[in-house]
Amino acid sequence: MNLPIFNPVDDPGPSFFATLERIGMSPFSRLEVSPGEPISVPHGTTILAFKYADGVVMAGDRRATEGNFIAHRRIEKVFAADRYSGVAIAGAAGPAVEMVRLFQTQLEHYEKVEGVVLSLEGKANQLGQMIRANLPMAMQGLAVVPLFAGWDHIRSAGRIFAYDVTGGKYEEVAFQATGSGGRDAKGTIKAGLKGALLDRSAAINLAVSALVEASEEDSATGGPDLHRGIFPVVATITEVGFVAVPDEELEEIARNVLEARRGIGGGQ
Amino acid sequence: MSMPFYVAPEQVMKDRADYARKGIARGRSLIGCIYASGILLCAENPSKSLHKISEIYDRIAFAGVGKYNEFDQLRVAGVRHADTKGYAYSRDDVDARSLANVYASYLGQVFTHEMKPLEVEILVAELGRNHHGQSQLFHILYDGTVMDESRYTVLGGDSEAISRRFGEAYSDQMSLAEALKAAVTALAGPERTISAGDVEAAVLEDSNGRRTFRRLSASELTELLAG
Repeated sequence: MNLPIFNPVDDPGPSFFATLERIGMSPFSRLEVSPGEPISVPHGTTILAFKYADGVVMAGDRRATEGNFIAHRRIEKVFAADRYSGVAIAGAAGPAVEMVRLFQTQLEHYEKVEGVVLSLEGKANQLGQMIRANLPMAMQGLAVVPLFAGWDHIRSAGRIFAYDVTGGKYEEVAFQATGSGGRDAKGTIKAGLKGALLDRSAAINLAVSALVEASEEDSATGGPDLHRGIFPVVATITEVGFVAVPDEELEEIARNVLEARRGIGGGQ
Repeated sequence: MSMPFYVAPEQVMKDRADYARKGIARGRSLIGCIYASGILLCAENPSKSLHKISEIYDRIAFAGVGKYNEFDQLRVAGVRHADTKGYAYSRDDVDARSLANVYASYLGQVFTHEMKPLEVEILVAELGRNHHGQSQLFHILYDGTVMDESRYTVLGGDSEAISRRFGEAYSDQMSLAEALKAAVTALAGPERTISAGDVEAAVLEDSNGRRTFRRLSASELTELLAG
């Protein structure tokens, strides 16, 4: 690998993505979209984010499905994008995980080259541009639809952004959930957010409850698996940054949530 | 048509080296050293925003002296090289030795083939995975010469005198405060003192997490130098 030095007039600047394009390493290759059978690959399912007293809580289940098969039981869908923001992914798992890796590098690259961190709005727009660059793949059924949340240092507040496959960015006031179990998760979150913002433990509890509800109604969403010790990934993003909730704490919360649901829906 | 005068290659190289050395000597010097729990990079730099020391990757830092625009261009190229490599292979595959080699070949190329050599001296420091014995300092000169140090190194004009002064105080078991004080004293020399406001310093330490690079803030510098 040689030293990537460019002329000042056509320097790619602080964008890692632009640098990759210049040296012919862009992951979004300009593939011709060929009509045909959609490719069967693992898909990630339910992810959610909502605001609570200290910032934002973000969560995702652990299941990836391929058609009617369970492809992976322990896949992770919630990642730290940098110290103060997180990204959760739903959709085709391969391109999604790759996009997260590129996004993480892009944010760190900007920070190192420029010496300052991008604003939260700037990070959200960058992610939108990457989703748009993935549009040809999305047309072939490999869509990536992430959620992005982070702590905005300028406004001193947690913020949530949702996207569509074309890279359209939509800021959410209170919550969002996407993926195949998103609708079911949304119902639970909506019912749980009323009046004052929740504290940390109530927020984590609500996130796990929403995922449990989704896992009961949607076959592609996995609930907490007490036998194998597989729990949803839950993270809080606050003034101190992105912090993943440890598995021990999640296990206890998952047990409580399942216990509290005993007899719910008249046993049906 | 006039014929160019013949100039002996020895003379050309000597002139270029003198030119580069003069440019480098105009700026202030910099010390990189390995201490008990990490690597310290310390420079005399009155500017708060034009840095001489910066982060390249998880365990790699960069420092440069001489002409700012020239070493800053090298710094950005280093960040690009490291991030590209980490993205294409894995974060574990990014190492200072290969980066030092590409820097060296670039500087060597410019020195022999371009109109003017780069007026810079740079340092690529890498925190070893089990720190002592593996941490390395690659000191690269304007002509592409690479020196690999495992204790300390001094970049800049007055490097011999500063190195002698620093060597008297140095031990690899020094704490951060001791290393910083020794570095600032050595940079200042017997006739001057450097105030904390004119010091730029950063460390590579495992306690900082995955990204081991951390800039020492003004208040931290004052505290470390006063204690």
